Amino acid sequence: MQTTSDEVLIGRIAGGDRLAMQVLFARHHVKVYRFALRLVRNESAAEDLISEVFFDVWRQAGKFEGRSAVSTWLLSIARFKALSALRKRGEAELDDETASAIEDQSDDPEVTLAKKDKGAALRQCLSGLSAEHREIIDLVYYHEKSVAEVASIVGIPEATVKTRMFYARKKLSELLKERGIDRGWP
Amino acid sequence: MNAVNETPVSDIELLLPWHAAGTLGYRDSQRVETALANDPELARRFELVRDELNEDIHLNETLGAPSARAMEALFAKIDAEPVRTPPMTFNVGARLRDFFAGLSPRTLAWSASAAAVAILLQAGLIAGIMIKENGAGATAGGGDYQTASVPSGFGGDGSYALIRFQPQANAGDIAKFLETNNLSVTGGPITGALFRVQVAPTKLPTADLANIVKKLQSDKMIVGFVAATQ
Repeated sequence: MQTTSDEVLIGRIAGGDRLAMQVLFARHHVKVYRFALRLVRNESAAEDLISEVFFDVWRQAGKFEGRSAVSTWLLSIARFKALSALRKRGEAELDDETASAIEDQSDDPEVTLAKKDKGAALRQCLSGLSAEHREIIDLVYYHEKSVAEVASIVGIPEATVKTRMFYARKKLSELLKERGIDRGWP
Repeated sequence: MNAVNETPVSDIELLLPWHAAGTLGYRDSQRVETALANDPELARRFELVRDELNEDIHLNETLGAPSARAMEALFAKIDAEPVRTPPMTFNVGARLRDFFAGLSPRTLAWSASAAAVAILLQAGLIAGIMIKENGAGATAGGGDYQTASVPSGFGGDGSYALIRFQPQANAGDIAKFLETNNLSVTGGPITGALFRVQVAPTKLPTADLANIVKKLQSDKMIVGFVAATQ
């Protein structure tokens, strides 16, 4: 099966090809939505964000130089817009403790099963991380971004990407320990 | 005690998440593999990383998908924009790429087949002329024709394989792979992005060649396809 590459689609979008835009949207919108949703934690806001992200692509396609993958470019735009939206909502200062507290107050039935179900507990703790830590974990694990790509999306040096990921994982272990699951690390 | 246990955060340990996600370059990936094989504690920690990876994917996959509202909003905005005309460009590479991307797989397959037949015919004609000329030269001069750089026996005595590299493998990784396995590229790329590589300077028994091919195939980060050839 042959698929048109993202770069070719961007070239066509730059020329005003609406169909190419539909193909690119169909290909990437779910992942971009999930990335935005994990940051803004609001489905309606995340939906608004993705239409804004792809509208930016429609307008800026002619300026895309292909220095990074199209998916990396999309996530960079989504991140910028998500952080802007959070700032408008006054949630930019959301810290670890606040985020954890939000999760602790959740009446999700999974919470009660957390200690019995390690996987569910891990997912709960992943959701309880700070926005900064959630972001890097998602980029590495779910969006399969390399160290260099994460550095490009987040706008930090590669060495910081590695250490931030390490501390996000460390925090995850601490949250699990608070729930009675000791992973023996760190 | 090994290096990982002595230092709480080794460089290798920092790379574990990317190794689990399969997004490390060949060299770093090999370093991590070696460290994992020699350090049971690091291997245990790697299992923790794999658990995290698994649950993060699970978590994201259960987030659902956006409603049609997002797409409707997007295209309403696009439709409200003034109509754009494709920019005039003299970027030949981009035009060619766009042209080939627009062809159907069937059209491409037929074109490739036709090109292959044309190349074979051309090769046959050239070979015929060369043999004829060599024959004449040998008769007149009493010696064989030989290029300055490549002995005439090249390609006849060695053992060869056809190989296709993974699209994500970079030039450095491929060079390292060739060096590590004592391979030299002798031809290609041919149809299917295949390269012909010499795996040994002598004709190896079939079983030995098969073992080498199997070994090369095991490096999945670099090799997409490999098979023995004449």
